[in-house]
Amino acid sequence: MDLLWEALTWLFSPEQYQGEGSIPQRVAEHLLYTAGATAIAAVVAVPIGYFIGHTGRGGTWVVGITGAARALPSFGLILLLVLMLGVSERVTASLVALVLLGIPPLMAGAYSGMQQIPRATIDAARAQGMTEWQIIWTVEIPLSLPLLLGGLRGAVLQIVATATLVAYVGLGGLGYDIIQGIPLRRFDQTVGTALVIVVVALVLDGLLSALTTWVTPRGVQQGRLTDVRARDSISRAAPVATTAASPEKKTTQQRKATL
Amino acid sequence: MEWFLANWELVARLSLDHLRISLIPIVVGFLLSVPIGWFAQRFPATRGLVLGGVGVLYTIPSLALFMLLPPVLGISVLSEANVIIALTIYAVAIMVRTVADAFASIEPHTLRSATAMGYAEWGRFFSVELPLAGPVLLAGLRVVAVSTVSLVTVGVLVGIQSLGYLFTDGFQRKIVPEVFTGVVMTFLIALIVDALLVLIGRLVLPWSHLAKKPVEAGA
Repeated sequence: MDLLWEALTWLFSPEQYQGEGSIPQRVAEHLLYTAGATAIAAVVAVPIGYFIGHTGRGGTWVVGITGAARALPSFGLILLLVLMLGVSERVTASLVALVLLGIPPLMAGAYSGMQQIPRATIDAARAQGMTEWQIIWTVEIPLSLPLLLGGLRGAVLQIVATATLVAYVGLGGLGYDIIQGIPLRRFDQTVGTALVIVVVALVLDGLLSALTTWVTPRGVQQGRLTDVRARDSISRAAPVATTAASPEKKTTQQRKATL
Repeated sequence: MEWFLANWELVARLSLDHLRISLIPIVVGFLLSVPIGWFAQRFPATRGLVLGGVGVLYTIPSLALFMLLPPVLGISVLSEANVIIALTIYAVAIMVRTVADAFASIEPHTLRSATAMGYAEWGRFFSVELPLAGPVLLAGLRVVAVSTVSLVTVGVLVGIQSLGYLFTDGFQRKIVPEVFTGVVMTFLIALIVDALLVLIGRLVLPWSHLAKKPVEAGA
């Protein structure tokens, strides 16, 4: 517990907030890496995911890639890319690694977001005379947003976590003070920085969660990617205790009605 | 390939270490998540709190967790226990949600029939709920296993020997094949553990092939 106290002392001492390598600078670097990698990953992954979801072709592909990507050790990927592209290209190499990590969850989010839309809804849009593009822009994309943002949340979570490791190849970010502090046994510094990382990760996740609620069309249940299956199971599970069930049952019916 | 042939003993030793460090969190994480997830599902009032709690744990990056656990638990940063406990926490964080979903997906009629046939709560849990939840539990466990195997490598930053050693050592000595071997071996071990789980699933849950369909647990 003493160490936690020392970490807080380190964290709140004024010299951490000025000059080269200050905490605000590290946070900014970290957010920059995260935002850059997420944006590039989204530009690549979302159109592919939407294409697969819209046409319904190649869905097993997405599932396979998402599963396989989970087995890929991100730390090794960064070091491998930096060695292969050369240390002078370490920024590009690290960015490529982070982008590669962000692509699978985003693609899966875009794909499953479109894929879970009931065919009847799309057929109804077509029957009303909408063109294919109108269906995509005004029906499919809005209805897919909650799951797409679930995928975005997953991607950001991955990238924020992995961006702590790029300090090992000589870049900045919040991992710097930890990776440099461990061999020096500066544990006040490492623990203090860890606290900052946790706050950054939680705030980003909270913001994305709020954004998900905000963009979710009225009547569509919001959810992370995980909820594709959960929603299905919730609607089947009218809980055994009927007294506790009534509020949940109501939302279930609403969901069924709107989906 | 040359590097691998010259150093296969090192690779084999690290692979075994890697496997050993991965297996404990996978098994312990599973054993802890089943009661927690079941509890969250059985008492819906706690569901939000429990799932929210594990969600927060899952959000913490591994490098930060490796730093924060030691002062909280009073263990050394450089101890294997640190990495194993951290990975167990992630396993629980991923798995609890799946467990709650798995138990929620059982038809309530089935449960009522079981009760009507005279099953008491415990008996019903072991002979009806657990077997029916099995395929979803297995799918969740596969996700946990694969991500645990890949996360073990980060432990090398706090001095824990695993295939991650090939990353840092290869990087510092600028040996591309060494880092490459580390990545491939980690990937292979993940695939092997996954295949083993599928096999165990076939043996323990012969009545269901639902498990074939991988679950999308949030990345």
